[in-house]
Amino acid sequence: MIDNGILRVISRFLIPFILLVGLYIQFHGEYSPGGGFQAGVVFAAGWILYVLIYGLERGLNVISLNAMYVLSAVGVLLYAFTGLAGVLLGGKYLDFTPFSANPHTAQQTGIIIVEFGVGLTVATVAMLLFTMFARRRGEWLEALEEEDEGSE
Amino acid sequence: MTLLEFMPFIVLIPLIASGIVALLPGRNLPWLVTLLAATASAVIAAVVLPAAISEPALSYPFGNWPPPFGIEYRVDAANAFVALLVSGMAAITLLWAPKSVASEIHGRLGTFYALFLLALAGLLGITLTGDAFNVFVFLEISSLATYTLIAYGKDRRALLAAFRYLIMGTVGATFLLIGIAFLYMVTGTLNMADLAERLPELRDNNAVRAALAFIIVGMGLKLALLPLHLWLPNAYAYAPNFVTVFLAGTATKVALYVMLRFIFTVFSPDYSFVVLPLSTVLMVLAVAGMFAGSWVAMFQIHLKRMLAYSSIAQVGYMVLGVSLATATGLTAAFLHLFNHALIKTALFMAIGCVMYRTGSAKLDDLRGLGRQMPWTLTAFALAGLSIIGVPTTAGFISKWYLVLASIEAGAWWLVVLVLITSLMAVYYIWRVIEAAWFSERPAGAAPVPEAPLALLVPTWLVVALNFYFGLDTRLTVGASMAAADALLGSGAGLP
Repeated sequence: MIDNGILRVISRFLIPFILLVGLYIQFHGEYSPGGGFQAGVVFAAGWILYVLIYGLERGLNVISLNAMYVLSAVGVLLYAFTGLAGVLLGGKYLDFTPFSANPHTAQQTGIIIVEFGVGLTVATVAMLLFTMFARRRGEWLEALEEEDEGSE
Repeated sequence: MTLLEFMPFIVLIPLIASGIVALLPGRNLPWLVTLLAATASAVIAAVVLPAAISEPALSYPFGNWPPPFGIEYRVDAANAFVALLVSGMAAITLLWAPKSVASEIHGRLGTFYALFLLALAGLLGITLTGDAFNVFVFLEISSLATYTLIAYGKDRRALLAAFRYLIMGTVGATFLLIGIAFLYMVTGTLNMADLAERLPELRDNNAVRAALAFIIVGMGLKLALLPLHLWLPNAYAYAPNFVTVFLAGTATKVALYVMLRFIFTVFSPDYSFVVLPLSTVLMVLAVAGMFAGSWVAMFQIHLKRMLAYSSIAQVGYMVLGVSLATATGLTAAFLHLFNHALIKTALFMAIGCVMYRTGSAKLDDLRGLGRQMPWTLTAFALAGLSIIGVPTTAGFISKWYLVLASIEAGAWWLVVLVLITSLMAVYYIWRVIEAAWFSERPAGAAPVPEAPLALLVPTWLVVALNFYFGLDTRLTVGASMAAADALLGSGAGLP
């Protein structure tokens, strides 16, 4: 859809804002509605819009399939090990109080790290899901072309 | 610090390990880490069980948020027993896994084992949590992972089976969620212990009644109780053998546990068995399941499907024990929950060994195989004795208690029904033995070597456990009685 000028210009204008809103929901999540899940989906939506306009190949130049796969696991591990840190510092699992003397700072630190893990996993998994379907379409089109060439 | 304080790590170890395993390269390393994680869970569960039996209930507040505000894990004899079963069966089936998985799944195995660990963590999470909504979350974790695991099957029909299970499983989970939402709406709490305290005041509330009905139907679907069992045969038949072996011993058992937890702890038996005609409904469905499952199993030519239908019949036995609503009946249900896991795992392992060598689970392809794979088919026959309920096997113990419970409840006719369905089990097991030993190998069939030791040793281990728990019943009967007591609130009045 790169040939369509309106789509190209508008999406160029919109994508940075979509990513920014995603990050805002991510890092303001402890005060306002939102959090890692919503932020991840919005952020991934920005990338998906980019792919819709510029094609999957250029989208995968931004973030490769392997990177998505690894980051989706890293997000989960970030969550899990933050929880584990609570145990190692003498509290319960996912207990953030030992992180700092100030309980407010402690809870905030903990929840931001944990939610960042959630956001990372959700964003990359959403991209992965999209890529899986988009690739199938690519393969299908290729197969159609080969058939056409074969019949001619 | 004792191991007891690490109770939530029964769930957390597989959950954390799944993230790590997903990143591991190759085929052996992911398996090894998975095995270590499952074993660690099983060890902690084994430490927790005696403590949970002797002490009132262990509680672990997540993030140090006190319940009922935070999520708590609450462990008594009932869920410690199920957790030990699930984590122990996971560790044993993993020993069996490598050869079988190697013959069915190609490429790197990090993702496969990560999914397996997620399914395991989900099942254990359902078991240990004391929070109703948390049950739903873990149910979805384990279900989604299970659908994918089933779709790994070599047969293309595995995809359809997985999709069908996905639709049915999602309907079941949605019903559970609706039920929990109704409870939250009227009580304002999700903690199970807190719910149990608040519900008695709301006896006449229709939303509470609807909640109970929704939860029972939802879990009935996951449990494969008779009219809701349609997803099970194909899912078991076409999944990779390792996945079938694991699911047969764990998934439906955990669903039964959730159903019991809601019926007995959250709603209390003098509500659930009085407000709804639950006893009658469950008894009719259980008996129908016992007969229909056994009947269909008698005519299956695909052995994995035959065992799957037999599983539906065995679920009937467990639910029959529940429907009696007595301490002995519940003990029988828990005993069969444990023993059936051992029996079905052994049977599916033996069929998995046959499939490893011949690539087929058709009854016809089994003809004359008894002489060529004697160890495998002897294991099948011995596990078959256990499912029939021959004395000295684990299957006998659970049927014995079921019969005791029926007599105690004055329902003599149930004894007759249990006996008839046991005879039906004799028939469908005998068909396999007859084909394997008493018919000739078809002319021109290539000779088949015995299954490799890596598959035989774990299979025989589970067969040996069947006989061990048929002779030494201290652990199983003791824990089942404690579990029944925990659910009934020790000496609580029954209808």
